[in-house]
Amino acid sequence: MSAVSDTVTTPMVKAESVCKNFGALRVLKGVTLEIGRGQVLVLVGPSGSGKSTFLRCINHLEQVNAGRLYVDGDLIGYRERGDKLHEMPPREAAKQRRDIGMVFQHFNLFPHRSALANIIEAPMQVKGVKKAEALSRAKDLLEQVGLSDKATAYPAQLSGGQQQRVAIARALAMSPKLMLFDEPTSALDPELVGEVLGVMKKLASEGMTMVVVTHEMGFAREVADQLVFMDAGVIVESGKPREVLSNPQHERTKAFLSKVM
Amino acid sequence: MSVDVSSPPDSPTAIDAVPLRHPWRWVAAIVILILLGLFIYGASTNEAYGWGTFAKYILDERIVNGVWITIQLTVYSMVLAILIAVILAVMRLSPNPVFRSVSWVYLWIFRGTPVFVQLVFWGLLPTIYKNIQLGIPFGPTFFHLNIQNLSLYFLSAVLGLAFNEAAYLAEIIRAGISSVPEGQSEASTALGMSWFLTMRRTVLPQAMRVIIPPTGNEFIGQLKTTSLAVAVPFTLDLFGRQRDIAGVIFEPIPLLLVAAAWYLLITSILMVGQFYLERYFSRGATRKLTTKQLDALAEAQTLGEAGHV
Repeated sequence: MSAVSDTVTTPMVKAESVCKNFGALRVLKGVTLEIGRGQVLVLVGPSGSGKSTFLRCINHLEQVNAGRLYVDGDLIGYRERGDKLHEMPPREAAKQRRDIGMVFQHFNLFPHRSALANIIEAPMQVKGVKKAEALSRAKDLLEQVGLSDKATAYPAQLSGGQQQRVAIARALAMSPKLMLFDEPTSALDPELVGEVLGVMKKLASEGMTMVVVTHEMGFAREVADQLVFMDAGVIVESGKPREVLSNPQHERTKAFLSKVM
Repeated sequence: MSVDVSSPPDSPTAIDAVPLRHPWRWVAAIVILILLGLFIYGASTNEAYGWGTFAKYILDERIVNGVWITIQLTVYSMVLAILIAVILAVMRLSPNPVFRSVSWVYLWIFRGTPVFVQLVFWGLLPTIYKNIQLGIPFGPTFFHLNIQNLSLYFLSAVLGLAFNEAAYLAEIIRAGISSVPEGQSEASTALGMSWFLTMRRTVLPQAMRVIIPPTGNEFIGQLKTTSLAVAVPFTLDLFGRQRDIAGVIFEPIPLLLVAAAWYLLITSILMVGQFYLERYFSRGATRKLTTKQLDALAEAQTLGEAGHV
C-alpha cells in the first residue's frame, strides 16, 4: 500500500526502475521518472526504444516485470501485502484503468458505433452513467474537439484527424486524471496533424496531466514541461524541452534529433 | 496564384456517350432460354414425374404438418446449437487451459463422427441409460426419471442435431471473434471495460458481420439435415412423411418433388431473413453513405454554392 496519498505532493505518475521483458527480449531496462500533476511529459526516441511499451505499462496493458509504477500513489497491476506482490484480479485492474485515458496511433474507434455512441459507451457500460447525462456530456466533448456536426457519423465516414479527435473525446468522457497518447498523429496526413495537436494543446492548457509519445518536436517544444529521450529501453536524457532540443548533451540524442528536426 | 472563388464554377455539359453494346449476353440468354424451354416441355410430358400426384400431395395435411415439424426441428436445434457454440468458442479462446481443452475435445468428438451415427446414438440413449437420477454419487438420490417409458424421439432428434451443429458453429464463431482487430479489445480494456463486457459490447457485435453469412449457410444446411432424423428414428418431419406416403402409393418421384419444393420454399424464406440480418450488422463497415446521408450532403453543397454567389 502506498503510504503517502497527499494529493498535493504525490506525483501523478511515479516510475521506479521499471523493467519489461517480452520473453528473453528486454524492452525496458529500468525506467525511473516522475510526472507532476497538470504536467505534460513528452517521450521521444527511435522506434524500438521502449517508449510505447512504457506508456502501455502505465495503464497496465503490459505487466511490469520489475520495479514499481504508481499512478496517483496507487501501485499499478499489483497489490502489495507485506513484502510480497500479488497479481491484481482483472476487476481491480479495470478499475485502475478507468481513470487513465488512452489515445492510440490507429484511433481504435468502435467501427460499429457512431461518434456519439463511441463516446457514451464506456461511461454508460462501465460507470453506469444514465443515458441522458452521458449524451449531454458527449455532445459537450464533441463540441470541445470541434466535431458537433459529426455526432451521427460512423468512424469510416470520418477523416483520420476527425477520428482521432473523437477518440480523444471518448477517452475524456471517463473524466480521467491522466491521459496517455501513443503517437496520436503518426497515422495522419500532414494536413490533419495540426487539428489533433490543437485539441491536445487546449487540453494541456486546461491542466490535464499528459504523457505523450510523439515525433512532433514543435509540439514538445511548445507544450511539454518535460522531455524524455529514450533509447534501447533506458532514459538517455531528460529535461526542459527547449534545453534538450537546442542543446542535447548525449551523442545519441544529438544523432536522433539531427534526423528528426 | 489567384483563383476567383466567388464566381460559379464553369460547368461543362454532361457526357452523353453511346453505351457499349453486349451482343454475346443476348446470345447466351437465348441459348439458355431454349434449353430451359426444352427441359420444361420434356418434364411436363414425361409421366414418370407424376404431376397429378404432385398436385394432389403438395398441400396434403400430413405433408404440411411435416413441414411444420421440420421447421420446428431446424429452429430449435439451431437456437440450441448457437447457444452451445458461443460458449464453446469463448471457452476455446479463454485464457483458462481447462476450458480450452474441454472445448477442443467436444469439437474432436462431434465433428469427428457422422451426424447419422450420432442421431442413432441419441435414439438409443434410453436403452443405454435407462434412468436419470439426480443426487450424490453412491449416496442419496433426490430425483429419479425412468426415460425408457417416455417418447423422446423428437427431443432426441433436436438434441442430436444441435450437439453436432454446435461443433461447426463454434469454429465459425471463433473465426469471427479472431477477425476483430486486437486494437478493438485493447481500446475497450483501456476504457476500463472487463473481459466479458469487451466481448459482449465490442468484439461479438463486430464478429457478427463475419459470423452471419456462414451461419445462414449452416441454418439452410440444418434444414436439410433434419431429413436424417429417420436415424433416431423420428419420421414425422417432411422427409419422413413423404417417404411414408410414397411407400404406400408406390410413387417415390412425385413425392420427392413435393419435399424438394417445400425445402426450396423454406430455404428462400431463410435467405430473405439472412439478407436483412447482414445489412443490420454491417453498420459502419463501409465508407459508403446511405441515400439519406448523400441527399443531406448534396443539399449542403447546393446551399454552399448558392451562398457563394
